[in-house]
Amino acid sequence: MSDYFSIFLSSANFRWVITGSLLLGFACGMIGTFVLLKKQSLISDAMAHAALPGVGIGFLLFNEKNLPVLLLGATLTSLLGTYFIQLIIKHSKLDADAAIGVIISVFFGVGIVLLTFIQQHATGNHAGLKEFIFGQAASLVNRDVQLITVSAIVLVLITMVCFKEFKIAIFDPDFAKGLGIPVSFLNGVLMLLIVGIVVIGIQMVGVVLIAALLITPPLSARYWTDELPIMAGLSGVLGALSGVIGTWFSATIPNLPTGPMIVLVISAIFLISLLFGSKRGIMMKVVQPS
Amino acid sequence: MSYTGWIIITGILVGVTCGINGSLLVLRKTAMLADAISHTVLLGIVGAFFITQTLHGIPMLIGAAVVGLLTAYLVETLNQKGVQKDASIGVIFTSLFALAVVLLSFIGSQVHLDTEHALMGEIAFVPWNRFVLHGIDLGPKAVWMLSTVLLISLTVIFLFYKQIKISTFDHHYAILIGIPVGFIHYLLMTLVSLSTVASFNSVGAILVVAMLIVPGATAYLLSDRFINVILLSGLIGGLSAILGYWSAIQLNVSIAGAMATTTGLFFMLAFLFHREGLVIKYFRHRLRSQ
Amino acid sequence: MNALEITNIKVNYHKQTVLENVSFHVPEGSLTGIVGPNGAGKSTLIKAVLELIPKHSGAVKVYEQSFRQQKHLIGYVPQRNEVDWDFPTNARDIVLMGRYRKIGFFKRAKKRDIEIADQCLDKVGMLDFATRQISQLSGGQQQRVFLARALAQDASIYFMDEPFSGVDAATEKAIIHLMKEWKNEGKTVLVVHHDLQTVEEYFDRVLLLNKVPIEYGETQTVFTMDNLERTYGGKISFLERATVLT
Repeated sequence: MSDYFSIFLSSANFRWVITGSLLLGFACGMIGTFVLLKKQSLISDAMAHAALPGVGIGFLLFNEKNLPVLLLGATLTSLLGTYFIQLIIKHSKLDADAAIGVIISVFFGVGIVLLTFIQQHATGNHAGLKEFIFGQAASLVNRDVQLITVSAIVLVLITMVCFKEFKIAIFDPDFAKGLGIPVSFLNGVLMLLIVGIVVIGIQMVGVVLIAALLITPPLSARYWTDELPIMAGLSGVLGALSGVIGTWFSATIPNLPTGPMIVLVISAIFLISLLFGSKRGIMMKVVQPS
Repeated sequence: MSYTGWIIITGILVGVTCGINGSLLVLRKTAMLADAISHTVLLGIVGAFFITQTLHGIPMLIGAAVVGLLTAYLVETLNQKGVQKDASIGVIFTSLFALAVVLLSFIGSQVHLDTEHALMGEIAFVPWNRFVLHGIDLGPKAVWMLSTVLLISLTVIFLFYKQIKISTFDHHYAILIGIPVGFIHYLLMTLVSLSTVASFNSVGAILVVAMLIVPGATAYLLSDRFINVILLSGLIGGLSAILGYWSAIQLNVSIAGAMATTTGLFFMLAFLFHREGLVIKYFRHRLRSQ
Repeated sequence: MNALEITNIKVNYHKQTVLENVSFHVPEGSLTGIVGPNGAGKSTLIKAVLELIPKHSGAVKVYEQSFRQQKHLIGYVPQRNEVDWDFPTNARDIVLMGRYRKIGFFKRAKKRDIEIADQCLDKVGMLDFATRQISQLSGGQQQRVFLARALAQDASIYFMDEPFSGVDAATEKAIIHLMKEWKNEGKTVLVVHHDLQTVEEYFDRVLLLNKVPIEYGETQTVFTMDNLERTYGGKISFLERATVLT
């Protein structure tokens, strides 16, 4: 058993997986900064859950585990779920909370139905589909990780290019419009960035918990800085750190799902920041009361 | 009673209990707090198992109530410390749930409690787990547990009906006329925790969210009397359970997933066809313009 | 006799002081308008007095006893937009909420309570709408339902938060009528108000507020152009200046 792990740890595949988790964590942390500022934390959770039925549909269409097809399906149902949330808020007396709750639970339910249907009926090789729920880094093959790595880099680059515009458009949309900044276009870009990072991340972290990678790193970073660029950068670093540590634990201990392990690490980082953060940490208030 | 009979009774009890309690959360605009609690209750269940080394009803109910209240309390505390409501819910539920799943993977296969079970429950096993007292077989344990929780819920709602209603409609006014709003809030959160843990064996900790939120949201669209929303929500929950079970058997898929999907169908019908629904609005608009 | 004695109230919100040094006494049977620019802390003040939001410091006495002991004497008409009017209930039910203390903790409303609720609805001209779902009422009608609820409470001191905003003429009349009636019964009324033109007509006492109290006393002596300039910091419009002076 330990031989197997030492081989695995030194293997090229494992190095790829660690690189993937590092970049995925960084991209999540950075994009998450804007999700938090735009107060869309729970919508991002809905986007993640709504990706699950897409994975099932993607499999059923071609009866094989073709990753780009699965991820395309995930993207489409995730966007559909987001659209439904807006539709429910706009055309009924339900509030955002209820609309998000309905979409999260129903889309996830449909996803489970599809996955169990595939288990019972599909003839193709469907091993590993279940990993989309809680994530399993060890199940990733090189090609999967390369896809994650390249996509994460692209998403981070797009975020950096739009950084200044995001900042103004989120902080003061009306002012931004006055400056001629295309606010609704930028909102669309941000939504695609969120869906993009969620979709490429679910195989590693799982649909149930990936929202934590978007919410918790920027929240932790906020306790150390008041500057947005530093916050976004730090948030990325904290995301990357938890991605790597969580994946490493999950890969070395059998049966340990990757997503929950990563989330546990980032939660610990949040707790430390909440207590000892230099800007608004609880201990700082004790040391120098305002 | 026959095997199928017990399953149907269990399903109905899950639907009615969650429907009734969930409707109150939709009315109070705390649907996502319910979502958070139903996830974190898993930690209470795992915790109760670590302490007692068994999966008995009473320790599980206590563990669930404790963690449920803890969740509501932590969300509230973070919110008061300046974290957005959305993000506080996101951080708390992902960290506690991740902790539960990681602990769960250490339990391994010694007991019938694993990630898959936590995810979607296994209502098909419910009739085998009997409640035997002094050698007399009294039926499945889950039925007893659910009936107890349903009875507690009905009693609480009956006793505190006025207080629940006034504090839901007008929080400030309720404080002023002497209603213990904090007590009522935590009381209802306890009911959510108890409903979740009682439903846990049948539908799991994630899909129970659908049973909690969706029937309530549907009933809220269909009725304009407080009491009717509660009763209708219970009815829709029960019907979803029956129809979900039936279709799951036909298609040979996850029963819990099918129940969640059925609640979604009910919601969609209500959303499109209730008095202010999208379809009705459309036709009224066309009639007027002719 | 003073119905209300407020001493040195200070309120902080997110570390910033939004209200401080507020002290004033309200005599029994008076109609007091609380007036000031947007963001002056008018609503904050009454919410802090009613202990609906935490205050940093300060004390409130009602008929010479602590607020908590006398809470049952207090009636409150919140701003209309603070509640969700899609809530599944009808007008009579809202008015019955005002009878909560009288009905008791575990008891149901009796026939007598429903009669009282209907009388209160009748007084504000809303009896015909008793069983109407509240979302189907107009803004003015919703405000009158809130008034009926306050009536049903039969309190001694009433706090109203912007009751005149966005209501029709009939509702405005009903509110004024009710305020005068309460005054005649020896009840005390405090109203957050933003329409300067009607202050002199409606209130016999005025509190001018802008984060700190600028001036307080009888309307004739306090409600002067000088004091308004001090309250509004020169932001008072030409039109308002003209109407106040005439």
